[in-house]
Amino acid sequence: MVNFIVSCVLWAKFDFNAAGFQFVEQADWLGGAITYKMGVDGISTPFVILTAFLMPFCILASWRSITHRVKEYMIAFLVLETLMIGVFCALDLVLFYLLFEAGLIPMFLIIGIWGGKRRVYASFKFFLYTLLGSLLMLVGILAMYGYAGTTDIQHILTQTKFPAEMQTWLWLGFFASFAVKMPMWPVHTWLPDAHVEAPTAGSVILAGILLKMGGYGFLRFSLPMFPLASEYFAPMVFALSVVAIIYTSLVALMQEDIKKLIAYSSVAHMGFVTMGIFTLNPQGVQGAVFQMVSHGIVSGALFLCVGVVYDRMHTREIKAFGGLVNVMPWYAFAFLVFTMANVGLPGTSGFVGEFLTLMGAFGANTWVAFFATTGVVLSAAYALWLYRRVVFGEITKPELHGIADLNRREIVLLAPLVILTVLFGVWPAPILDMSAASVDGILSSAQAAIDAAGKTAEAVK
Amino acid sequence: MTDALPHFALALPEIALAVGALTLILIGAIVGDKATSLINGLAVALIALAGVLVAVAPVDHGPSFGGGFTADAFARFMKILAYVAAVAALSLSFDYMRREKFARYEYAVLVVLSTLGMSLMISASDLISLYLGLELQSLALYVIAAIHRDDIRSTEAGLKYFVLGALSSGMLLYGASLVYGTTGAVGFADIAAALKDGHASLGLVFGIVFLLAGFAFKISAVPFHMWTPDVYEGAPTPITAFFASAAKVAAVAMFVRVVTEAFPTVTQEWRQVVVFVAIASMALGAFAAIGQRNLKRLMAYSSIGHMGYVLVGLAAGTPEGVRGVAVYSAIYVAMTLGAFACILSMRVGDKYVESIDDLAGLSRTKPAMAFVLAMILFSLAGIPPLAGFFAKFYVFYAAVNAGLYPLAVIGFVLSVVGAFYYLRIVKIIYFDEPTVEFAPMTGAAKVVLTLAGGFTLLYFIYPAPLTAAAATAAQSLF
Repeated sequence: MVNFIVSCVLWAKFDFNAAGFQFVEQADWLGGAITYKMGVDGISTPFVILTAFLMPFCILASWRSITHRVKEYMIAFLVLETLMIGVFCALDLVLFYLLFEAGLIPMFLIIGIWGGKRRVYASFKFFLYTLLGSLLMLVGILAMYGYAGTTDIQHILTQTKFPAEMQTWLWLGFFASFAVKMPMWPVHTWLPDAHVEAPTAGSVILAGILLKMGGYGFLRFSLPMFPLASEYFAPMVFALSVVAIIYTSLVALMQEDIKKLIAYSSVAHMGFVTMGIFTLNPQGVQGAVFQMVSHGIVSGALFLCVGVVYDRMHTREIKAFGGLVNVMPWYAFAFLVFTMANVGLPGTSGFVGEFLTLMGAFGANTWVAFFATTGVVLSAAYALWLYRRVVFGEITKPELHGIADLNRREIVLLAPLVILTVLFGVWPAPILDMSAASVDGILSSAQAAIDAAGKTAEAVK
Repeated sequence: MTDALPHFALALPEIALAVGALTLILIGAIVGDKATSLINGLAVALIALAGVLVAVAPVDHGPSFGGGFTADAFARFMKILAYVAAVAALSLSFDYMRREKFARYEYAVLVVLSTLGMSLMISASDLISLYLGLELQSLALYVIAAIHRDDIRSTEAGLKYFVLGALSSGMLLYGASLVYGTTGAVGFADIAAALKDGHASLGLVFGIVFLLAGFAFKISAVPFHMWTPDVYEGAPTPITAFFASAAKVAAVAMFVRVVTEAFPTVTQEWRQVVVFVAIASMALGAFAAIGQRNLKRLMAYSSIGHMGYVLVGLAAGTPEGVRGVAVYSAIYVAMTLGAFACILSMRVGDKYVESIDDLAGLSRTKPAMAFVLAMILFSLAGIPPLAGFFAKFYVFYAAVNAGLYPLAVIGFVLSVVGAFYYLRIVKIIYFDEPTVEFAPMTGAAKVVLTLAGGFTLLYFIYPAPLTAAAATAAQSLF
């Protein structure tokens, strides 16, 4: 009963979100009091929609699997949603930081109270890792505040030019935070733990939205505010991204837990995103935005798929499954679509993002593109192998005979995601158009700053 | 500078406290222990009255009483804080003392007297009146720590506090005499005038270091923190709350006033000491608290750590830094009082417990208290959007602006370590299964916890008034 009432409140809230979005799209920027400044542009809008879109799925996914303390669970999710939308809308550095960090509290509780066996370890690791990274960003924010005299993001974007040396340090401070959140290799180790231990809906939120905050941060702060440092550090980011793509794909091959495998594949996909962002060309950056949205849908859907079988069998061991196609044809179909999207098969949304980022990378550095492409091959290997082991083959385990196919709730849950995955695969325009103007704006101002710096350097010579 | 007649109106709150304390002790002496609850109530009213007097008193007046007493905006801010803390701690104690059977009328009188001492410390603007205020406060506190005289832990705490406190007072006095010897002045303004050229002789440096050592003891900063865990654990809990809140505020105010008013020209000499003490306190507070099982001991280490953060703001030595210190003190007082209201509500039957493990599963048995306590703990860890984050934000902003980048980075890294032990308590509250059920909260604890928790949780919605008041307070020192 409580569940139902809270969900009603939730639905009312979602209407509000949709309305808010439309309104903002007309107004483009939404102002407020001096320090409380919110608004969205082409980069943040896809993420706001993604957040509002994924949230009902999380609630639906938890319908059965959360059996105790339901009220607290829903409150935690609602608070988390508010904070995440706030992060993507914040137009003030301090406000951004505030919301960025505050999300830790509900997520910590979600993992810790409703998580799996090693939940305490996972929640601590998640919390402390992220906190350490964020605090370094806070030092950066304080320094920026001191230098610019304001924390208004719009003002800083247009008026303030940080000196090159300062940019380097600020970039590193912000990088520490976003790299942990993203997560980039080698600070990704909290993610598999957190993913595995979190309840299904928690994993969906983690993979679908929280990870995107890192990429969003790079786009919102690192590129436009510290263009010189971004250019300077781009090779390092490339190297880390490529390592992430190849290394975590190999690690994913060896996983025995389905959730852990998907978690590692998330790290690999985020490698494409960081690579795309720091190519500093429109294809790469747009590809990164698209990849993030697509990954939000696809990996969220994959975690939901895992949740479906977990609710039935209470295990996530790959070995415990096999031959599911014989008893769960609908499930096999949905899982297939998402696996293909994860691999990056043309016609699914995963392809567009990977293709664009790789194209961008090719323009920036051929070798980076080369190594990243091997990652695509590896991702096909682990994802298809996973699919074969879980879904195909003969049913060898007697307890799998009685497993039921998707019920109506689960079909409602997965069907829109399937449709969107395919739709964005063949018609990616909505997201690309939305972000095109903002991406161009960021890149042209960044390029102008880099050129200006180059000229000064020549003049000095 | 010296008026023919001192400006009495400035010291009205102190006069009220002094006269009131003497009246209360007379009532007690005549009526005896029967008057305990009457005196308790009157004491609370008295401190509240002093708070009102502070709030309405004029502030834009220079030093009075021969330059020994200043009632500026900074004094007003810190005094109100100290009074609020004293009132809260006092109202938390009555029920506790009745249950533990050591309710005596002297207790409330002593609290009023030590509050008077704090008030004088905060307003003192020469070294002599500073020392007088400090001693009045400390002597009352030594007795209060040992007031549960049948309890061996309380007696031990009182004795320990007295011996170490007397030592530190001695050091402070020695430092004061060295400063007097090298500058020929005891008034803060006169000292600053004597040091106008910014040249610090060896004797002066010695004096400053000894003064700082005395202050560090009073705010329990490393390396003069050793008494804190024992005294916090041993003293009766509401009295620990008083030590941790009101006494800390007064000591911080005195520290800030001396270094900013008396030694503004020799910043380098004291800044390196303050930076070292700040880093050492933050580190010790963070690491030593990890192993604690007793909540009061943990709060002791936590307060050591927090004093380190306060000193980060002071180390900046700018108006922004002092603003940070003032904001931090206010938020720290709220969080500490809230935490102690929770500790005082940990009562199984008629027995008070204070082990962290007793909190297990509190979220099941007392969800409201568990939530507020968890929020206070997150706030102590400095997680936004809770008040504790803003406290850290302002002090670190000042430090970064003053160019103390390494200090800021070290402070942030240590605050992650500190977050670990607060999180551990949250984990016990929310993730573990309940073992014991606590008795219902008392009315006073409920009120204090609601106010403190509400402040901690909702400060972010409307932070401007406190920040503005703190900024005015800071400006009055420069």
